[in-house]
Amino acid sequence: MFEYCADPKTLEGLAWWSCYLTNGKHMGFYFSFVVVLSLLVMTVPIIMVLAFAGALSRRSSFLPLRWFGTLYTSMVRGVPDIIFFLFALIALDQGIEYLRHVTLCPDWTEPIRQGNDFRVCPDAKMPLGNSPQWVHEFYGFFLAMVGFGVVFGAFAANTLYGALAAVPHAQLETGVAFGMSPRQIFRRIHLPQMWVYALPGLSNLWMILIKATPLLFLLGVEDIVYWARELGGTKTAIFQYPHSDWRLGYFLFLLVFYLFLTWVSEIVFARITSRVSRGQSTLGGTV
Amino acid sequence: MNYLVKIAGAAALAAAFAATAVSAQTIRMGTEGAYPPYNFINDQGEVDGYERELGDEICKRAGLECTWVTNEWDSIIPNLVSGNYDTIIAGMSITDERDQVIDFTQEYFPPDPSAYVALTGASVDIKSGVISAQTATIQAAYVAESGATVVEFATPEETVAAVRSGEADAVLADFAYLKPLVDASNGELEIIDQSVMIGGGVGMGVRESDNELRDKMDAAIASMKADGTISKLIAKWFDGRVVNY
Repeated sequence: MFEYCADPKTLEGLAWWSCYLTNGKHMGFYFSFVVVLSLLVMTVPIIMVLAFAGALSRRSSFLPLRWFGTLYTSMVRGVPDIIFFLFALIALDQGIEYLRHVTLCPDWTEPIRQGNDFRVCPDAKMPLGNSPQWVHEFYGFFLAMVGFGVVFGAFAANTLYGALAAVPHAQLETGVAFGMSPRQIFRRIHLPQMWVYALPGLSNLWMILIKATPLLFLLGVEDIVYWARELGGTKTAIFQYPHSDWRLGYFLFLLVFYLFLTWVSEIVFARITSRVSRGQSTLGGTV
Repeated sequence: MNYLVKIAGAAALAAAFAATAVSAQTIRMGTEGAYPPYNFINDQGEVDGYERELGDEICKRAGLECTWVTNEWDSIIPNLVSGNYDTIIAGMSITDERDQVIDFTQEYFPPDPSAYVALTGASVDIKSGVISAQTATIQAAYVAESGATVVEFATPEETVAAVRSGEADAVLADFAYLKPLVDASNGELEIIDQSVMIGGGVGMGVRESDNELRDKMDAAIASMKADGTISKLIAKWFDGRVVNY
């Protein structure tokens, strides 16, 4: 990064550190924070959409829809995250490639499954074998968003389902007495009052989502923990910046980072909670 | 890489979905990136090491375009057969067990003795002590059979750290990997046995259905053996080691 970094072996003290902390590998480390944070932010809308879909279909009066909602929330919640990531997403990936294979290469005669091998024609590869590395990484990122969205959507659906059921029935009956349509009751009374009951559960999920990000590495996305482990490992003289086992230092830094993230999240959730409790007939709303 | 560029890549990804014509195919070389001097991530954040230099030259001679990707050792074979990359070039010894799942080129590194490394001065019984090794390696299998207690770790780094912390009495790994670490430990670590011959040479792994690719790589390796390029590369990366092919 700096010009004086050309020969790190001659550097000492502050100069060494300034070069060490700005080398290409550390840039990858810093960038992984951006990747993880944007993954968190971009996954939340997916989670909430799936959560509402799941919760509302479980409350639906239409039986098959109710089955679907129950099936989704109970099945996904029951499967360990790591198995979901290893199995469901690899299956999704292969499913996409299979569909592309069938549509793009109708003339291909070789079987797709050859013993252990999964072979589709080169045109059907997803992403294409010759696309640049960042496309592959973006695809991994995309798969991760889908994965986290589906898993956490199921948990959030259950939270919302419970919160919707917790709103006092008298409140809804009042809406009926005022002559509101079911849709109006849902939008003006049921939904606004539901958040107070949903927020503790949702904030739990958010914290768990933050902690689950190291699973990203399973999908080929180089996450924060991967880089910390890689950077902290013993570096022999083959590297430009040799050092002993510094993993403890890097992990301490991660500890501080994750605690900071938790602290900020707590503040934000406290604000939202006090906002949605205003005027509510709950303990939180009376203070 | 600028993040915005990646976001913009969403559009390109959609385009890739629609694209039907494929130009010259790129071979994706899968490696671990945590096993110096075979392969490691250098200070610029790129794959480097003996296998990087070797692999680039192999691709040049075989007339192939290659890119490098890293993958955890644990899942390096499953991700090859499911098609995430096309070769494994990660210091992988050729064994019968692996040969049943994937195919190997001829060796590009001779059988390397494995070594036991322990804390200096510690009296370790390698037949009954606690020995650390990396998961899914020939060393882990060897320790399990030797009667010692094996503790497995996902990365080579952790196997050595376990010896330093006292969690394991000794570590069993490739001599070429352990030697630089012992040299750099200022006498903290010592090699107690460096003559454990297990496994065959190191070769490049390809899918069993990829015969054409394997033959191309094989021919390139043969030509590099014949003109002494491989011997030169080994001497460069492995502390002047002499190997004659």
